[in-house]
Amino acid sequence: MDAILIQILNGLDKGGAYALIALGLTLTFGTLGVVNFAHGALFMLGAFCAVSVQQLLTLSKSVKDESITFFDAYKDQPYLEIWWGDTGTAIIDYAVPISILFAIPIMLLIGVAMERGLIKHFYKRSHAEQILVTFGFAIVVQEIIKAFYGANPIPTPAPDIVSGSAAIGAMLGLSESLVYPWWRLIYLLFAGVVIFAVFAFLKYTTFGMVVRAGMADRETVSLLGINVERRFTIVFGIATVVAGLAGVMYAPILPPDYHMGMDFLVLSFVVVVVGGMGSLGGAVAAGFLLGILQSFASMNEIKSIFPGIDQIIIYLVAVVILLVRPRGLMGREGVMED
Amino acid sequence: MMKISLQNNAVVMLIFSAVVLTAPLWLAPIGADYPDLLQKFAIFGIFAIGFNILFGLTGYLSFGHAAFLGIGSYTAVWSFKLFTMNVLPAVILGTIMAGVFALAIGYISLRRSGIYFSILTLAFAQMSYSLAYSVLTPITNGETGLQLTMNDARVIDSLFGVEAEAGLPSTNLFGQVMSGYSGFYFCAVILIIGFYVSLKIFRSPFGLKLTAIKSNQTRMKYTGFNTRPYLLSAFVISGMYAGLAGALMSITDPLAGAERMQWTASGEVVLMTILGGVGTLIGPLLGVGIIKYFENIFSAMNPSALHEIFNFLPLWLENIVVGITRHFVGDGWHLTLGAMFMLVVIFLPGGVMEGITKLFNYIKKKLGLNRVDSEDHVSEGGDRK
Amino acid sequence: MSYILNIEGVNKTFGGLHALTDIQLKIEKGTTHAIIGPNGAGKSTLLNCCIGRLIPDSGTVNFNGHNMIGMQPHDINHAGMVRVFQTPEIFPELTLLQNVIIPALAKRDGTFKFNPFRSLAKETELEDQAMAALADVGLEKYYDQHAGSISRGDKRRLELAMGLIQQPSLLLLDEPTAGMARHDTNKTIDLLKKIKERGMTKVIIEHDMHVVFSLADKISVLAQGCIIATGTPDEIRNSAKVKEAYLGESEDE
Repeated sequence: MDAILIQILNGLDKGGAYALIALGLTLTFGTLGVVNFAHGALFMLGAFCAVSVQQLLTLSKSVKDESITFFDAYKDQPYLEIWWGDTGTAIIDYAVPISILFAIPIMLLIGVAMERGLIKHFYKRSHAEQILVTFGFAIVVQEIIKAFYGANPIPTPAPDIVSGSAAIGAMLGLSESLVYPWWRLIYLLFAGVVIFAVFAFLKYTTFGMVVRAGMADRETVSLLGINVERRFTIVFGIATVVAGLAGVMYAPILPPDYHMGMDFLVLSFVVVVVGGMGSLGGAVAAGFLLGILQSFASMNEIKSIFPGIDQIIIYLVAVVILLVRPRGLMGREGVMED
Repeated sequence: MMKISLQNNAVVMLIFSAVVLTAPLWLAPIGADYPDLLQKFAIFGIFAIGFNILFGLTGYLSFGHAAFLGIGSYTAVWSFKLFTMNVLPAVILGTIMAGVFALAIGYISLRRSGIYFSILTLAFAQMSYSLAYSVLTPITNGETGLQLTMNDARVIDSLFGVEAEAGLPSTNLFGQVMSGYSGFYFCAVILIIGFYVSLKIFRSPFGLKLTAIKSNQTRMKYTGFNTRPYLLSAFVISGMYAGLAGALMSITDPLAGAERMQWTASGEVVLMTILGGVGTLIGPLLGVGIIKYFENIFSAMNPSALHEIFNFLPLWLENIVVGITRHFVGDGWHLTLGAMFMLVVIFLPGGVMEGITKLFNYIKKKLGLNRVDSEDHVSEGGDRK
Repeated sequence: MSYILNIEGVNKTFGGLHALTDIQLKIEKGTTHAIIGPNGAGKSTLLNCCIGRLIPDSGTVNFNGHNMIGMQPHDINHAGMVRVFQTPEIFPELTLLQNVIIPALAKRDGTFKFNPFRSLAKETELEDQAMAALADVGLEKYYDQHAGSISRGDKRRLELAMGLIQQPSLLLLDEPTAGMARHDTNKTIDLLKKIKERGMTKVIIEHDMHVVFSLADKISVLAQGCIIATGTPDEIRNSAKVKEAYLGESEDE
């Protein structure tokens, strides 16, 4: 029982990341009709927003280390600490949450610029060409990040206060040994909030209603004389922000490196396909479902029966779903079919 | 329209063979005449030709062809380990094995089309890659990669009493060692054969039907064709080309690693095909040539080499130029590649071949104003490029 | 039995909408049978049910004594029932000649034939056939142009050539003259008369009454998914029921 619960929890935070990335992907599919292979790179950019903020906050100057008295020793001390003492240290500690504030406008800007500068010109081109151009773009973004930050993963810790684990077992009256890292729990909540916000936005605003109508029937909506172009830009911006936020918050879980986006992209695509192209609910459900399945597959008990299953479970599920239910779990007719 | 000489297969093959076999000569002036690079040209050429039979003719974009490349590689090394260091069985087994896998994967993937097909092939390739790294380690030797060892069986070799030498044996074709230029010529001959097969397919009723499927698959069904077997044949053929290329990789360097199966490797062949001109006969080969050549040049460059190149500029300008360009060379080669990828898709979706055709039409128009009778000659020269 | 096509009790609903209700239709061998009716009467749906694009909810479509329902489109084609589409379904990237060679290849090679080493250049017989078919519809001049680049009317004629080259025993024509100029319409009528002499059975869906009355041996009127009358052109012209449902309206306008 405990083992099952912990696997579900383990799956949920990864599932949350899949769901957030897939949400943006499927939004772009459904409204803009664009297959965006650079979406993983946007996730990665989000994570590097956190890295950049952390590095900015810890900009240091070499000062004399007073704790060493035998000889003159120097250490790097962040300016923030020099200026503000403990307050500065606290700010540095909260680098990741703070970077969310920066990530939103930055990612929005990147999204809008990308849509206006590149994606816009590919609405009428074939899916193959969309895949190819965004794939090229993803490589370029990746390499630029590599040029600035190097190829190694950069540890970006969560605030100290949440760096430990929550004793979930004790809280729920189960085994004491059932613990779960606080940050992963926070990630899960965060993913839930973002998903909820996106859904609420689409459901309760006029803008959102137009977008949903556009997903159902793009031609009719453009015939209604609604400025679809500008909405496309905003939708793409939202998708970018969601991917970016998913990345920011994931940085403490997985130290960001320049190709983390590609790894997540392939999986997220599978998630979108499993959920059903153009279905927002499907993407979210499939994201969590696959995250949990993957977590179960990596249990030793399962692995001893099906060796290597943890490596391929997601792809295997995708293959089966695509063959049995071509439109995915919740896909609608006519989306992305030729 | 049947009279233009390039419609004649013999003429095409003659020109093609001459160009390929003399490559070490005419590539010398640009410093691309050493065997390693020449072998790469030929091997990736075969890979891209095969990929083009699927993507170029039917329009089905596979993102998993690297899996077949990897399977060909592993099979070839196993052939060296188990049977003989002779390369012929390795080539044949590698191709067949890739064909078998392509049949299975294609049979399932082709139940869907469009983006779904791409995702399915991608999923299968990623599965192969993950498995090769983990569970299949006994077959693939995991991260280290599959390689020759001193105590390999080599049944056939020992049967014929091939003397064990000191050190690892090298791949050979009936005694002729397959390294350096002889390795290139072996690959070149196979490239020529591969090109001939592709030429025949392009100019066969079978090829025409594949093109028609790309153009309007629904109509093909109502015209009386069962399209699935056609697509599957094309998929298997192109998978076999990939396996062949993989086997050749193992022949020139008997070490097979799982990274050959990664989806970025699949992406590379897509890029090469697109860059050259998808659906054209020569295009994919041009794409391979351009990418592999520049990869070779650019990835070997470093800032000091750049300083030498831009030496003629004033020092401050030189520093700025080098400061920018240094990110595009060496490890940054991938940046160049990505940028090139985007530029081609944005501005020249038909690839280099489209560019050449456009240029040539322009010249033809210019010349046509003066001399109408020269048209035929011009058209031959243009196509040959 | 001289009926080449025998449609019995075919029903088709989309959601709650009855597109076809209990269709009974018998087509005699060698005749030209026109199906007329207002827009949305279900004419195209009926054809789609015949060639396997749609599967009816119930009923049978007997072609030459075999039930076609559930059969693959390509098998129906080879059974000898071929449809010419209303919106041109051609191969836009291929030349006109290739567009016509493809159906000829289907006729010769069957549903699948793996012949990658046969040379297309040596298929002169097929090429001649295809040129003749293009000449039939008056498109032989443009044989080497891309099919995507010709006019809509020309595309319709290309469609016709693609259907004719397969020499089907039953040709289903979906508004063969829609979008054509009067002059071209007359040419198409002449062509269709000519193939009638070859003994090919045809079912024509048409709006243009001029075309219908100059070609049809028999006419069925479809309204709101039901066949309300079948008879000779004279019978249909004089039927009060038909006038009310269809012809009458257009005379009032």
